[in-house]
Amino acid sequence: MSLTDLTLSAMRTGLAAREFSACELTQAHLDAMAANRHLNAFTVETPELALAQAGAADVALASGSAGSLAGIPLGIKDLFCTKGVETTAASRILEGFVPQYESTVSGKLLAAGAVMLGKLNLDEFAMGSSNETSAAGRVISPWKAIGSDAELVPGGSSGGSASAVSARLAAGATGTDTGGSIRQPAAFVGITGIKPTYGRCSRWGVVAFASSLDQAGPMARTVEDCAHMLTAMCGHDPKDTTSLDLPVPDFAALLNADLRGKKIGIPKEYRLDGLDPTIAKLWDDGLAWLRAAGAEPVEVSLPHTKYALPAYYIIAPAEASSNLARYDGVRFGQRVMPEGGSLADMYEATRAAGFGKEVKRRIMIGTYVLSAGFYDAYFTQAQKVRTLIARDFEAAFEVCDLLLTPTAPSAAFAFGAKVDPLDMYLNDVFTVPSSLAGLPAMSVPVGLSADGLPLGLQIIGRPLDEQGVLGAGLALERAAGFTAKPEKRA
Amino acid sequence: MSWIVKGETGDWEIVVGLEVHAQVTAESKLFSGAATGFGAEPNTQVSLVDAAMPGMLPVLNAECVRQAVRTGLALGAEINRVSVFDRKNYFYADLPQGYQISQLYHPIVGEGALDITLSDGTTKSIGIERIHLEQDAGKSVHDLHPARSFVDLNRSGCALMEIVSRPDIRSPEEAGAYVAALRQLLRYVGSCDGNMDEGSMRADVNVSVRRAGAPFGTRTETKNVNSVRFIMAAVEVEAKRQVALIEGGGTVVQETRLFDPGTGTTRSMRSKEDAHDYRYFPDPDLLPVELTEDYIDACRATLPELPVAKRRRYVEALGLTDYLADVLTAEKANAAWFEALSASLATRSGKPEADMAKTAANWIASELFGALKRLGKDIDTAPVTPDAAAELLALVADGTISNTVAKTVFEAMLETGEGAAAIVDAKGLRQVSDTGAIDDAIAGVLDANADKVAQYRGGKEALFGFFVGQTMKAMGGKANPALINERLKALLAG
Repeated sequence: MSLTDLTLSAMRTGLAAREFSACELTQAHLDAMAANRHLNAFTVETPELALAQAGAADVALASGSAGSLAGIPLGIKDLFCTKGVETTAASRILEGFVPQYESTVSGKLLAAGAVMLGKLNLDEFAMGSSNETSAAGRVISPWKAIGSDAELVPGGSSGGSASAVSARLAAGATGTDTGGSIRQPAAFVGITGIKPTYGRCSRWGVVAFASSLDQAGPMARTVEDCAHMLTAMCGHDPKDTTSLDLPVPDFAALLNADLRGKKIGIPKEYRLDGLDPTIAKLWDDGLAWLRAAGAEPVEVSLPHTKYALPAYYIIAPAEASSNLARYDGVRFGQRVMPEGGSLADMYEATRAAGFGKEVKRRIMIGTYVLSAGFYDAYFTQAQKVRTLIARDFEAAFEVCDLLLTPTAPSAAFAFGAKVDPLDMYLNDVFTVPSSLAGLPAMSVPVGLSADGLPLGLQIIGRPLDEQGVLGAGLALERAAGFTAKPEKRA
Repeated sequence: MSWIVKGETGDWEIVVGLEVHAQVTAESKLFSGAATGFGAEPNTQVSLVDAAMPGMLPVLNAECVRQAVRTGLALGAEINRVSVFDRKNYFYADLPQGYQISQLYHPIVGEGALDITLSDGTTKSIGIERIHLEQDAGKSVHDLHPARSFVDLNRSGCALMEIVSRPDIRSPEEAGAYVAALRQLLRYVGSCDGNMDEGSMRADVNVSVRRAGAPFGTRTETKNVNSVRFIMAAVEVEAKRQVALIEGGGTVVQETRLFDPGTGTTRSMRSKEDAHDYRYFPDPDLLPVELTEDYIDACRATLPELPVAKRRRYVEALGLTDYLADVLTAEKANAAWFEALSASLATRSGKPEADMAKTAANWIASELFGALKRLGKDIDTAPVTPDAAAELLALVADGTISNTVAKTVFEAMLETGEGAAAIVDAKGLRQVSDTGAIDDAIAGVLDANADKVAQYRGGKEALFGFFVGQTMKAMGGKANPALINERLKALLAG
């Protein structure tokens, strides 16, 4: 078994026992990255930086002063600002932007001793579900369907993170999730990813998409791996007013798959007409596995579910249209100044050249729904729906402790398969409601489609119950015994 | 009394509302830790947040909230227990975020009022509609280069209170009085330094005209007028422009205008058709501001005695004239100086403060202010302290020196910085209150002017002043004038 095949948890053990060095581990990953550049998972590789950090980790490991993630090679989604390393959010408009500051979350991981291998590709400004909108080019999933050579999407927006972790190019990666951007790609590539409660992770230094929804989280190959990363990533940050000032448990140490006394809710509205029968069956299997771990199933109702997607595709673009106003060519990133042009000409040329099609579409939608005369009909209504959806979950959590649902309505699809934006948006149907409610939710790989592609189930918990979500995730992981791996390209 | 524009077709009443932008006195900006000092080198007081770098987030400055609440309390206004920050979206080079964080829907302060006093002595209450907190923009500089504009972000993100009046103002004078009273109040509260020439206070002036009793006319908004005089001028010229326009067959259009102090006119900046759609929505980066009763009480406890109350106390309890009360309460620093002087003078003279207040007030209004004006200083940089002045006035009060000599001593204090008693001693200015010496001097005067004594005794009493003057002269000006009067009367009667 090569070093890159180890889980993050096994790497911790091996490093602590000095079975291999952090430098060896990092080099193994750098080699894997070099051999898999066709996946286009990384926007920037930082091998020198990684080896220097690994060297420091080895010193710390030898002296007994190592942090919880000392020597663990991670990829950082290119939405996190990284000091001295170009950060573009996969947008031309931020081409050449090198932050003078480190995002709180990536800074916490580095402080825990993690090694940064590079920056991971994503949908431009995290807007997309297939990683086809990146200015750095599409990310390719390491998976292929049985009997097909068609390249598949890794999901989005954290597609680079998903592809890299699945292809063993990184032990784990940071993702961000606005409407499913951690969970859906995790499901598409057969890995695990958790979006914690809104406010658990600081948003400071993360390029904003939709501020009231954006939340960072870990993506890794096991539940325990995610738990280790999550503990390091969470915590109050005085620089982010919306971050929660609460103690952070040691999620990994407290992992517990014993679900006796827990009630698992199955939201009936998630049983969509025409749901893929393989997914429907895995969902049933998942419930059976959780029951075997001691949980009691209950059917619950989330009556406003069908309004979640429309509300999300009003609120998220509205916030985005404002958040992206700062990309104006005045202070950083790309500027296009037409000869003899005015300030307005510069804005138009810069933003026309700098933003891709999907980003422009969302800016237009967001601008429209906030405009005078439309605000009440769209934005205010969407905010009301959001409140109703949060109340749905509150009511459900009066009769159950956790919810079990599919993560996505399908397995990974081929590039260009979803041309209509609405088709693409439907991919988020199971992940968006919990995002609107700010709840912790994770995806765990549980099986393969008829085509041999990974499928995931989603566990949603009460606010701040990451521990409960991780526990149920662990129970699913153990019962499902998902061991499938993408084909090796190297 | 209403102010009227006399048009060719009759009289027009004007309706004015003011939106005053007051920069909050705080060490750092509304949502960042950057400094706020005036006059720094361009772009030296800019944090990553102020420059709207990717991933930066605003964190509300508690001091700005406190100052807004204190200001609201000073205006007797409703303090909203929950207020919310909204984004006002528009593009400009000196607005790095592409939006200004403001409070449209739920401002921190609701309705209040401000009393103003007019030149004819009448008072009027001007309604305050609301106060909200918002960020200032940066500054664009267009005149340094023929083809380029420059941006200075030092001011970007500084906290402003926008204080919105009701359309209760009916004349240029009222507009001026309102801004002056507001400025005075803010300076008392300490929430804004009121330095209009540094841009710490500026007003958007809303003006419309109508026939008496008719509904409101269409208003124009003249932006960013930065002195009391210009505000009054902007109200007047805009009202007259509107009347002339209407009487000439035109209609007033709702638009944004600019006041040009050079020409004393207003000109159109943009019409309603060009108005921005600001797409306000609640800022998702910030939580609602929730204030507790305890917090508001604590803010109230830090308010000083406010100008109206202070002025009333000076007149009613201390017996000052309206004029002196106005002068001394105009600035908080004047009042503080006066109160320190009164207290010190009462202690030094052993007389009740109420008795000493008038002396202190008169002396400040005549002697101190005169000296400061000559020296080009203000009360904060006065070369004498209230206690040093009290030492001087105590010497007058106990008869050691006369008022005339006190002027000389004060001059010497200003020049040398020495104490009043030391100067009096060094220069031998102590007033003679020894009746024997005065009697001797009077005897000499009477001997030398026997003819006039005879005329006086014969009924020409107007000569009394002559004898006083001669006696004072004989004593080198140092005699106690009251004693000279008393002894002269006795000896002339003799």
